[in-house]
Amino acid sequence: MTVTDTPAPPTGPSTPDNPVLQARGVTMRFGGLTAVKDVDMHVNPGEIVGLIGPNGAGKTTFFNCLTGLYKPTEGEVRLQGEVLPPKPRAVVVAGMARTFQNIRLFANMTALENVMVGRYCRTSSMALTSILRGPKFRREEEATRARAQELLEFVGLGNSTESLARNMPYGDQRRLEIARALATDPKLILLDEPTAGMNPQETKQASDLIFRIRDSGLAVVVIEHDMRFIFNLCDRVLCLVRGEVLVEGTPHEVQSDPRVIEAYIGGGDDEDEEAPASTTESTEEQQ
Amino acid sequence: MSTSTTDLTPDHDDHEAVPLLERMPGRGSAAAWPLALVGAALLIAGSFLSWSFPDDVLGDLSVNFYPNGLQLCVVALGIAAVIFLLAYRGPLSRLGDWLDAASALRWIGLGAVIYMAATIIAIGWQTGAILNVNPGGWITLIGALLLLAGSLMLVSRNTRDPLFAKTSSWFEIITIIVLLALVLFGAAYALGLEDAVSFALFLLFAGMLSMALTKAGVFTWLGVVSQKNRQVLMFGAFAVAFLFPFTQGGSDENMSIATQVLIFAATALGLNIVVGLAGLLDLGYIAFLGAGAYVGAILSNSAFATIGWKPPFIVVVLIGALVSAILGLIIGSPTLRVSGDYLAIVTLAFGEIFRFTMGNLDGNNGPDLTNGPNGIPAIPDLKFGSFDFGQPHEVFGITLGRFANYYFLLLVIAAFIIFVFIRLNNSRIGRGWVAIREDEKAAEAMGVNVFGLKLFAFAGGAFLAGMAGTVKAHHDVSVTPDQYIFLESAFLLAAVVLGGMGTVAGVLVGATILKLLPEKLRFIADYRLMIFGLVLVLMMRFRPEGLIASQRRKLEFHHDDEDLAQRIEEVHLEEAEAKA
Repeated sequence: MTVTDTPAPPTGPSTPDNPVLQARGVTMRFGGLTAVKDVDMHVNPGEIVGLIGPNGAGKTTFFNCLTGLYKPTEGEVRLQGEVLPPKPRAVVVAGMARTFQNIRLFANMTALENVMVGRYCRTSSMALTSILRGPKFRREEEATRARAQELLEFVGLGNSTESLARNMPYGDQRRLEIARALATDPKLILLDEPTAGMNPQETKQASDLIFRIRDSGLAVVVIEHDMRFIFNLCDRVLCLVRGEVLVEGTPHEVQSDPRVIEAYIGGGDDEDEEAPASTTESTEEQQ
Repeated sequence: MSTSTTDLTPDHDDHEAVPLLERMPGRGSAAAWPLALVGAALLIAGSFLSWSFPDDVLGDLSVNFYPNGLQLCVVALGIAAVIFLLAYRGPLSRLGDWLDAASALRWIGLGAVIYMAATIIAIGWQTGAILNVNPGGWITLIGALLLLAGSLMLVSRNTRDPLFAKTSSWFEIITIIVLLALVLFGAAYALGLEDAVSFALFLLFAGMLSMALTKAGVFTWLGVVSQKNRQVLMFGAFAVAFLFPFTQGGSDENMSIATQVLIFAATALGLNIVVGLAGLLDLGYIAFLGAGAYVGAILSNSAFATIGWKPPFIVVVLIGALVSAILGLIIGSPTLRVSGDYLAIVTLAFGEIFRFTMGNLDGNNGPDLTNGPNGIPAIPDLKFGSFDFGQPHEVFGITLGRFANYYFLLLVIAAFIIFVFIRLNNSRIGRGWVAIREDEKAAEAMGVNVFGLKLFAFAGGAFLAGMAGTVKAHHDVSVTPDQYIFLESAFLLAAVVLGGMGTVAGVLVGATILKLLPEKLRFIADYRLMIFGLVLVLMMRFRPEGLIASQRRKLEFHHDDEDLAQRIEEVHLEEAEAKA
């Protein structure tokens, strides 16, 4: 529960020349449809970057390009200078973890087990060690359990370790997903709408949690529809419209940019400026 | 721990039965309990009298005051009924605080009525006249009817949840030992029954009694107890399996059935790693058993073996397992990228390809490896040093025949497979498998090596089947392609599904049912496919998670049953506490 819980040590000095994540010219086409077009983005160590945009702007598609669920048609993604292969597992191993817009926990596992699955790629006991149960296996299993417990306490779920994920309240499930992502020891965590469906109090807790994650040395990228949440949280905000970066800057700059307001309310959409209906992204994005 | 005094008794709330029950005349009347007690007394008394006039029906039921096995079953039902009645009201009423005695009594009553009706019909039918039923039989039937009527009039007491019952550990261990002893005794007795009707009646008795105990909540309590005393249970179960041949008095016939059950069960346990743990549908699993068997045959001392090399058996086992595992890798690496139905079809085709290949490697179409359709006959029995598996041996004055020898060897192999199964299940790999079953994409996105784990399950399952196969070759004496038809794969899968995916006990039960019943109930042998098909359809409808289900599988099959999820969480917490 303390800031001293460090999910991963920060690596490299915090200069703009040495970004954790560097995406260059990422383009994603589905047949004739260009969902993401030539997007550049960088994330510095210890930075919280927000990604906003109206529904169907391509935010989740861009996330999927970063995390290897999609192979971008053009462009490259570098994590700490290394080009990421477009394979979800390789991306996690390289140090980038994510949560999902619609919660994808392992519903029939307990909270603790969920987080322990997150440790999979940082542990190594294979078949023979598992069958023979030598001291190495015991030590690793013990460490996995302890780490999972620690992370659950970090996100505030220390009392529900043995609860089934599917029995947990919605807000707890969101936090459990974050704990599971943190278990992979990422350098950078991508949160896809972490406050969707939360009440104001839970939203407040979520932003506290994200600050604590940042303070422990991670970089964070957040997709959100809740403008108040994102402008209060982020160091830098990118506004994505129709697959392109429309504006990039501090929350204040983005907030006061007429083009952003135009994009949200000017297009004749029936969406409300403050919090556009957040749960329904276009189906193309949810693939 | 809180003791919830609700009438929401676990697992056994029959929503549909309640309105019907409430319409029962005289429900809740004071006469109900005495009526049921009289019924139970008549049940016991009647069983000590002669049931039939001729002495050659269903064993011998014609002697007064000398009950035979079938009558003793009814005595057992009667005693169980008396215990539950006393638990309902009387000296054992503390037991009744925890167990739903009334529900149990209803099932005992129903079981007794069906049992007696079936017995009387069987006596009448086999002797040609219902007159041959002696008064004892009728008295027992009347007792059964009274018991059923009385128990239907009883109103269930509010019970506490047996999940939270705290019992001393010596009591729990004694319970486990007594239960295991009963299983051993029951199995030995059932196998000794010669005629099919007696066997069917015994099954009815065992089924109804366990149904009653389930309804009472005994099994809820036993679940926690067995978690708490895992080691005792495992050791005890193995001891029972080990002692079983000593109860058969050297009867090769029953031991032959037992070894077949064991081969089948060991293979099904291997399949359970693939299907139950990793969630891969494999319809060609028998091919891996076949690969092991062929290796065992080819490297044996048979005059028909096609390779001159005769390594010691332990080496043969390893080679058989490895060949099988390599086949698994070859078939798995391209196909495991597809999932679900596609994988099922590919594996089905692989099973057939294996069979045809073995049938064709006869020298005309390729190397002469398998003698084609003739197979490899005359495989000699195994010999470990001076111990010849073909010869009977005398241990403690009890003769153990050829099949008993193989039984012990297979027991070791089955124990090894169970060991591997349990250890893998409770490890990093097991967690990975669960994650893959739950949400493959999320698992991949959390860094789980999905493809690698699937391939490992596939090859590992094949490895274990190959091991069993090498022993099977010697046990069967000959290996031919037509032993490894698709139907066998289907039966293996049926054993896993029927028993319970992902549990050891479930698969053992499933394999026993599927292999033992057709052997004992010869009259259904012609219809067994139809019956098993029907049973599987019914299972899918009413209990898709199998007879002995793993909690996780149960949850997976009931996505939106929130009560069940809460309940299982309670059980989990209780077990976690018990283990700590």
